[in-house]
Formats: sequence, structure tokens, C-alpha cells
Amino acid sequence: MAFSNEQIERYSRHIILKEVGVKGQKKLLNSSVLIIGAGGLGAPAAMYLAAAGVGTIGIADADEVDLSNLQRQIIHSTNDVGKAKVLSAKETMEAINPDVKVNTYRTFVASDNIMDLIKDYDFIIDGTDNFPAKFLINDACVMAKKPFSHAGIIRFQGQLMTYVPGEGPCYRCVFKDPPPKDAVPTCKQAGVIGAMGGVIGSLQAMEAVKYLLGAGDLLVGYLLTYDALKMEFRKIKLPKKVKSCAVCGEHPTVTELIDYEQAECDGVL
Amino acid sequence: MAEYKIDDHVDITDVVCPVTFVKAKIAIEELETGQILSVHMNGGEPVQNVPRSMKEEGHKVLKLNKNDDGTFDLIVEKGEE
Repeated sequence: MAFSNEQIERYSRHIILKEVGVKGQKKLLNSSVLIIGAGGLGAPAAMYLAAAGVGTIGIADADEVDLSNLQRQIIHSTNDVGKAKVLSAKETMEAINPDVKVNTYRTFVASDNIMDLIKDYDFIIDGTDNFPAKFLINDACVMAKKPFSHAGIIRFQGQLMTYVPGEGPCYRCVFKDPPPKDAVPTCKQAGVIGAMGGVIGSLQAMEAVKYLLGAGDLLVGYLLTYDALKMEFRKIKLPKKVKSCAVCGEHPTVTELIDYEQAECDGVL
Repeated sequence: MAEYKIDDHVDITDVVCPVTFVKAKIAIEELETGQILSVHMNGGEPVQNVPRSMKEEGHKVLKLNKNDDGTFDLIVEKGEE
């Protein structure tokens, strides 16, 4: 496949990079990423991946665009209020880059659909806003041997880590189980600063692109936390392997996917 | 130019920075190590930047010929990948 003149110009700033070049850009065009959640994290991640020319992007979300989403979910516009988020996201991505094929899944992930959703994708981005979905995505990716980027944001704080099968700890190695129902304030009560999704979701897109290119070092075996008020990033080293992990340890007890009960949540992410 | 066996030519006189280098880079990525590319370019910015960028990418600049019409031909040998 030779680049068209338009592609040469569109991807020129990538092609110039030694770590990308022609081969890298072709790799991106032949790659696929699934973004779960078209919200605060998924919005910037989807836009950067589309702009980068990731050839196939899947986006899963059952919600519709709400006016209260627009303070942070920059893939949606005022005119999109009431529209399915996946459709609004698809339109924005296609407007950014017609090279990209967008697959939409208007559903929340659950134990009965996630394996099917992730199976054809090279990399998964967890842009969800609740613990049941985060554990589900982790367990499914461990079982299906899929790399993924975990992230979470609340108030002025964000965190992320990358899982690559066989190369480092999974989300459950670090966080074990969902917190008790009232331990963490619901998203609706807590609030989140709009640009936090931009910072952390963009880092997720960066991890996906690096994974697809095979460039540099991924955030595997580390948790990166960001405190916007203190303007502090911390890169916390994690254990290489947690033998007692219930899903990826030596004697896994989580052998089937679990639908944890979901706390009432307005979907801050 | 007769002293080199040119394996491929690329004309970058129809584009401006940074697409000048991008077109040259795309052309040289198609070649094998040791093969030789001739890059036809305008004077000025491309002459200043394209040979330097080629060197930074690990290729060997063999020669820069100035033509009568003010254009240049850069002869580059592809380096190791």
C-alpha cells in the first residue's frame, strides 16, 4: 500500500519521526483499538487515535450525550445532546480523519458480551467510570491475553497503568477487589475537572500508539498518578508479579467473568 | 552523476517543508541498505535541511550536485535499518 499525497501530508509529522516513519504509520493504519466508554477519558483518546490514523477504532457505550457531559467530553458538541454517544463519537472521528473505520457498539460491557467485543482488537482502552466495569475489563483482557490501558479520574486526580499479558501486573494484582459500595463517593457527588480527562485520556492514547508501534517503554509494572492541584506526577513501581492474584496469579479463583453490582452513578468519566 | 549507480529517483521540487523530507524519507525507506537514491530538490530550505535530516536518519550523503536551473540533486546511500 503506497501513501496518497494527502496521506503523506496528513501524517508528515509522524513519518518524520524515526520511531514512526513509513513503516510505523502503516502499522497504525493496519491496527485496531477498542475504546470502552465514550466519556471524559474515551473522548480525547478516540480523537487522538483517529487523528493518528489508527485504521480501525471500536467505541462502546450505551449512553446518550447529556448536557452535563460537555464540560469534559470534548468529542461531543452541544448539537449532539440526546444523540447516542457512540454515534456522536463516530461522527467526530470520521470528520477528523476519513482514513479511520469506526465500529460502534451501543452497549455497556458485561460478562456476556465483553469477550466478543475485545476479541478482534489489538489494544483496549478502559475509559469507563465505575469499578465493576474496570474489574470486568481487566479480567476479560487477562483471560483473552489482550493488552489494555486502565485509567480513572476523579476531582483533580487521575491515574493510569498499562497491562501487557505476561509482562507485568494486572489491575486486580494491584487493587484486588472493587471497593465497598459507599467507600468511594459516587461520581455525581465527587465531580471532576474537565481537563483531567484530556490529560489522562491522552496518555492512554499515547500508550496505545506506543504499543502498536513497538516504540519506547510502556507503563507496565507502574501506576502513574497525577494530582493537578499539587501539579505532581508520581510513577509508582508495582510488583512484577503477584502470585496470589485472583485472576492472573498461580492459582486463580476468578475463572469466569463477574458482573459486580454497580453503584448508582451519573457517569462522571 | 555517472559515478554512482542510482537505484531510484524522487522529485521533491513540488512540495515544501516538511513534506520535502517526508517524500525523500518515504522513497529511501523503499530501498535496501546500500542502495542509492537521487533526490531532486530546489535550492534554499530543502538543500539546507534534507541532507542533514538524511544523515540524522543514518543514511550516507554521497554528493550534492548543483544543476544549471538552480535545482539540486542529492545522492544518498541508504544506511542500516
